[in-house]
Amino acid sequence: MAPPIVHIVCERFRYPDSHTLDRYLATGGYEGLRRALARTPEDVHEEVRNANLLGRGGAGFPAGVKWGFAPAGVWPRYLVVNGDESEIGTYKDRPLMERDPHQLIEGCLIACYAAGLSQCFLYIRGEMALAQERVAQALNDAYAAGYIGRNILGSNFSVDICLHWGAGAYIVGEETALIESLEGNRGMPRLKPPYFPAAIGLYGKPTIVNNIETLSNLPWLLRHGADAYKQYGSETSPGTRLFAISGHVKRPGVYEVQHGVTTFRDLFFDEQFCQGMRSGEHALKMFIPGGGSAPWFFPEQLDLPLEARPVGAAGSMLGSGAIVVMDDTTDAVQATLRVVRFFARESCGKCTPCREGTGWLETVLRRILDGHGRSSDIDLLLDIGDNISPGPYPSAGWEEAGVAPVPFPPRQTTICPLGPSAVAPVVSAIRRFRHEFEARITRRTVNIPFTVEPQEPAHV
Amino acid sequence: MSDAPPKSTVTVTIDGKELEAKPGELVIDAAERDGVYIPRFCYHHRMKPVGMCRMCLVEIDTGRGPALQPSCMIPVSDGMKVDTTSERTKKAQDGVLEFLLINHPLDCPVCDKGGECPLQDQTMAYGPGESRFIEEKRHYEKPVAISELVYLDRERCILCDRCTRFAKEVAGDPLIHFINRGANTEVNTFPDEPFRSYFSGNTVQICPVGALTAAPYRFRARPWDLEEVESTCQGCAVGCSVTVQSSRNRVLRSLGVDNDAVNWSWLCDRGRFNFEAVNHPDRLGEPMVRKGGQLQQVRWSEALAAAARAIRTAVADQGPQSVAVLGGARLSNESQYAWAKLAKAVIGTDNTDAQLGDGLPADLVQSLPRATIAQACAPKGTIVLLGPDPKEQLPVLYLRLRHAIVEDGAKLVEIGAAPTGLTKHASQSVRCLPGDLAEAVRSLLDRGFMKADAGPVTVVVGRPALSEDATAIAAATSMLHEALPEARFLPALVRGNVFGALDMGLAPGLLPGRQVVGERSELAEAWQSVPKDRGLDATGILQAAAAGQIEVLVLLGADPVNDFPDRSLAERALEGASTVIAVDQFLTDSSSRAHVVLAAAGWAEVDGTTTNLEGRVLPLRQKVTPPGAARADWMIATELALRLDGDLGVDSIDSIWQEIRRLCPSHRDLDVTDDGGLAFGTSVPFAAVKAPTVRALDPSALRLVAGRRMYDGAVLTTHSPSLAALIESPTVRLHPEDFAGLGIEPGRQVRVSSPAGSIELAAVADPTVGRGTAAIVANVPGAEVNRLISVDSAVTDVRIDTMAARD
Amino acid sequence: MPRLTPENERLAREIIDRYPVPRSALIPLCHLAQEQDGWLTDDAMTHLAELVGITPAEVLGTASFYEMFKRHPVGTYHVNICTQVACMLLGADELLEHASKTLDVHPGQTTSDGLFTLEDAECIAACTEAPCLQINYRYFHRVSNDDFDQIVDDLRRHGRTTVPTRSNDTGDIPPHGVLARVRQHLRPDQRAGNADPNSATAPAWLSEGR
Ligand SMILES: Cc1cc2nc3c(=O)[nH]c(=O)nc-3n(C[C@H](O)[C@H](O)[C@H](O)COP(=O)(O)O)c2cc1C
Ligand code: SF4
Ligand code: FES
Repeated sequence: MAPPIVHIVCERFRYPDSHTLDRYLATGGYEGLRRALARTPEDVHEEVRNANLLGRGGAGFPAGVKWGFAPAGVWPRYLVVNGDESEIGTYKDRPLMERDPHQLIEGCLIACYAAGLSQCFLYIRGEMALAQERVAQALNDAYAAGYIGRNILGSNFSVDICLHWGAGAYIVGEETALIESLEGNRGMPRLKPPYFPAAIGLYGKPTIVNNIETLSNLPWLLRHGADAYKQYGSETSPGTRLFAISGHVKRPGVYEVQHGVTTFRDLFFDEQFCQGMRSGEHALKMFIPGGGSAPWFFPEQLDLPLEARPVGAAGSMLGSGAIVVMDDTTDAVQATLRVVRFFARESCGKCTPCREGTGWLETVLRRILDGHGRSSDIDLLLDIGDNISPGPYPSAGWEEAGVAPVPFPPRQTTICPLGPSAVAPVVSAIRRFRHEFEARITRRTVNIPFTVEPQEPAHV
Repeated sequence: MSDAPPKSTVTVTIDGKELEAKPGELVIDAAERDGVYIPRFCYHHRMKPVGMCRMCLVEIDTGRGPALQPSCMIPVSDGMKVDTTSERTKKAQDGVLEFLLINHPLDCPVCDKGGECPLQDQTMAYGPGESRFIEEKRHYEKPVAISELVYLDRERCILCDRCTRFAKEVAGDPLIHFINRGANTEVNTFPDEPFRSYFSGNTVQICPVGALTAAPYRFRARPWDLEEVESTCQGCAVGCSVTVQSSRNRVLRSLGVDNDAVNWSWLCDRGRFNFEAVNHPDRLGEPMVRKGGQLQQVRWSEALAAAARAIRTAVADQGPQSVAVLGGARLSNESQYAWAKLAKAVIGTDNTDAQLGDGLPADLVQSLPRATIAQACAPKGTIVLLGPDPKEQLPVLYLRLRHAIVEDGAKLVEIGAAPTGLTKHASQSVRCLPGDLAEAVRSLLDRGFMKADAGPVTVVVGRPALSEDATAIAAATSMLHEALPEARFLPALVRGNVFGALDMGLAPGLLPGRQVVGERSELAEAWQSVPKDRGLDATGILQAAAAGQIEVLVLLGADPVNDFPDRSLAERALEGASTVIAVDQFLTDSSSRAHVVLAAAGWAEVDGTTTNLEGRVLPLRQKVTPPGAARADWMIATELALRLDGDLGVDSIDSIWQEIRRLCPSHRDLDVTDDGGLAFGTSVPFAAVKAPTVRALDPSALRLVAGRRMYDGAVLTTHSPSLAALIESPTVRLHPEDFAGLGIEPGRQVRVSSPAGSIELAAVADPTVGRGTAAIVANVPGAEVNRLISVDSAVTDVRIDTMAARD
Repeated sequence: MPRLTPENERLAREIIDRYPVPRSALIPLCHLAQEQDGWLTDDAMTHLAELVGITPAEVLGTASFYEMFKRHPVGTYHVNICTQVACMLLGADELLEHASKTLDVHPGQTTSDGLFTLEDAECIAACTEAPCLQINYRYFHRVSNDDFDQIVDDLRRHGRTTVPTRSNDTGDIPPHGVLARVRQHLRPDQRAGNADPNSATAPAWLSEGR
């Protein structure tokens, strides 16, 4: 039995007017902020640190610890909210922005108060018009009601939240690229070190970057306290987390589940969640456990809990809470190409291996799929991958074949992980389904039970 | 205080060899110092690392096991182990090269860069053999002109960000940029807005492939046909180190060389491309003498005899003071010394001036505590800019100052009539009318503008405008010296070797070695005879000539008609002198009026030394032979001396240099390496200069600001076709409100008149121009602004009249 | 070609005011220009460069990095059909093909009447609602071929659509360039003020609290 559903961030989703200030106030809204303001900033920070609230943007870093990384005595400090949600399969921040914008705003305010952040920039993905509208309205309403701005709720806490929005570039989700973009530049990641913008970020000043979902947890956390929060989920991954499960399941959707204790099998097969594969005849072939950047998992990994460490040891990551389920009708070569295409199109172009290598991977995969593959192409793919991400690439174990998992994360010849991410599907698919690639190359046409789009070789 | 002093070096192991490195030094630099060259494309040691190309990946172990890291990004740390040859390093580098070649055309045989291309070299040295990429490469329209001087071939571009970073970070002209994203990224300009930067040529030099090419060099030569020497640019007084390259006795290219004290490898486009003038067909190859009103080619012996005869007669009839030597700033130090010795010891006249009334009083310049560029650029220091626009006049100094302000926290206070290229970086900009500079400085001093945290102070002072008498600036300068005795001065005189000329005594009252006429010195003794009294400066010489008191006027590469602020006086002087002897490379508006023209060798045609604005003596080296029978200036001086029964006592450039080292206290035993050597010390006493009285501006008039631009009518610019095309057409620029007051359409011709004369040119509104002033660029073909200026008046006030519309 | 209208220039200045450094406003300003003209014109970019104090080349450098800024006119309705893997699994390619037939254009092209531009898009964050699409960045979830045809038909006729597959929205589709129809407005009297990066001041609630 899967652990029962608990609602922390999706509490209000059942109300059609969940995005309004009235509904928000009627359901405990801004109560967390009031409680925070009644305590010292240090105290609030401590509460969050205590709750071990893990970042939900992908890296899973504890928010309370991150807030403490700003170098002492350097001011001002900024909060940049990462609402760029664009990773393949990821769909969880958008509903939080569209359907409970005040919860997000309250979270931002609590973070600014606790961590001494003097201005907040709320960066929403460009393609999300409704989210921008709802957040803009909520900001205007909250300003008018005195929740944001000068002397909030009569206290000496003053902060502005500036709504900012992007214009279509996945890489801007990477936090240093996000900052570049917010400075009006091309969204290209900055060099590491420094590893965290908490030291040198926006305008060269200490900057905390947090994900929408991370911050949306704060109002509840402040209202109910860290102890209540830690009752849910596992000890190392407390609370709940949103997962978007898409693909070949009966009931795809975004589910708030207890973090760390629920398993992939629960998500896919439990009645509260996806209720199994979309039709009984087709079996699970593979799944992407944490967004397009994550190496693929297979049925053997179903019983892993939704927790960073075991998933990492098994060769992948939970990443952005995006799970794409593929049944045995899926053409591995085609799925690989599709994911690789994403990274090739989205490379910012800064690093040579990513700019040129991802496109090259796409070219080779396309010719294999089009029936023009060469026998050397599989090794070529792996070698191009090795030049982007050198050494053994993280991948799931395969007991039957006596293959051990290679733990996450991959090494990189690049600045950010985008380039190496393009290698994830290539290595995952070739390791497990090499025969499909070979068949494509030698036989020019292949019968997958039903391909979604029957592939007729173009020129035979 | 038991804290051990911080360790001044760290120990790193590179390829098994231990070495000491400076803390903060990048691995790529430390390795290079140790003889290990790590391949790179994006890294350039004078720009911030971007770590984009990933070519410099090496295995670095800081205690957590070896990991591939870009060596251009990682500073050394104690105990670090670097492996630049490991299997993994090699594979990563091969991989990057292969990626770069995916979209790079293999057109090396027709590419300008072929033979000196890091990509080509590294492919040979490190790269894999056959290409595994079989699809079509990226295609772009073939080379596009991104400016008048630079072409861009986007297919060859490897997106290293060097040119774009240079444009933004170093030049401050972000007119080229990365455009689009990912594999579609390209470098380009905004549509119809060319990369018009004074520094564009540097991008060609730092491009690691043949994507950027310079119009003046494209397809002219192959690198393996070029011979080269290191020398110094004489385009202005900054004195940038260059490599001069030639093929078949023609100069074909000039490249910046990294001189840490001076130019950090950069050049301005004028300095980079004005070698074109060296090869110009109008260069004088033979001496000439005026016969029957016409200049006719003659043999050297005849020309020298004519010149000597005129001088001998003048001295005999009117005394040595009837001979004057104007100019000399273009010469080498050795030639200047020879000419100074000729004038002062052999002829006996002190009427010499290398400046043409467009600089500053020589004795003031020589008396002030001099700054080096590095001192002026001291981190967290203060730069006081009195007047000139370094971007227009001393371009690479502008780059250095800009870097100091933008990157190193130096503060800039500028005081003057017009904004400069540095205005946007100034912490304080004080505007005043021409003539009011001293007053402006006085009131700043009264208000205590120099704060306690000012750091080291350097005053950069020069002539902002020809239309403003030098005394106003000299007075402001001496005020600052008296108020801020610790401050150093970087005089911003502009001509190539004007500082050499001052140091070598080509100025009234001065003798070589920063010594004063009339004082006892080793030099005076060695020369046996020196003038007792101070002679005339350029203005005095020209006034005397116009009044018929100068018999022989020698123009040492000087064109007073165009360069002297008062054109009418210059013209009257050339008419008033009985004999004008011009030593020149071209026939200019002045030398064409001479009676004797002696063809001189120029830059790249003579060996020797030159001196920059810091007093740094830098090498000049010959690369090609002068045209025809043109001779080095020092030789002309020795020949003339012999014909005047004198003997300069020198027979080679080196013998002159040895004499300079012996007799000039400022140059005593000075060694000149490729990076130069600093002359220092002075025995010229400081004397405060009083501000001139300037009448108030009549409300119906505007005060003229005749400032300088980089591309003007200078003879080397007009004779370099690539640069001549960049000279702007003349305009009078007015503040929009003053402009509106005139009630004319933009671009309409107007007449600008002063008591001295009038000129016609187009008028435009320009918000950067101060109210009450009229800005006209000096020495632009088509607008002889020096017709408006009179030496009798400290400032020039003009009236503007609209003219009847022409058809 | 147009610069910003006076009213939009006023809005632009209001947006710039929200940031401690003017250049930060660049992307929102490009959206404003695109909202005015339907695409991002060279003249508008020149105007924006003046407003934030950078060169037009820098504006272009930034704008061209982002997909949403179109440097050529596009259709009134910009149709993005997601073809990334989650949607692909549930028929996105077929939907794209169908759309291509219905509109009689290939992805990347605009219909001859200038109404629709079709694009195959990367993941648009509606993966559990596959196949999905956006028209002018307004969502349609679980779109069938028939739904698609009805949407196109509705938009051609009425400029709005009420197909049930639209997501949580009114059904109006403002023309391409218009993004959020609600703008943030900051009243000076309510503002805390920009945190100037050079001010080096610690927040009041930290320092005063003790
Ligand atoms: C290529 C790439 C894309 C990313 N995209 C997003 C994103 O869309 N949203 C997000 O919140 N984090 C994204 N991240 C992670 C951020 O860099 C950052 O870790 C996160 O916003 C921090 O917030 P958190 O600590 O609250 O998780 C991305 C990272 C990478 C490398
Ligand atoms: S890895 Fe790719 S996306 Fe990341 S910085 Fe490098 S080029 Fe850009
Ligand atoms: S030289 Fe280091 S990444 Fe290019």
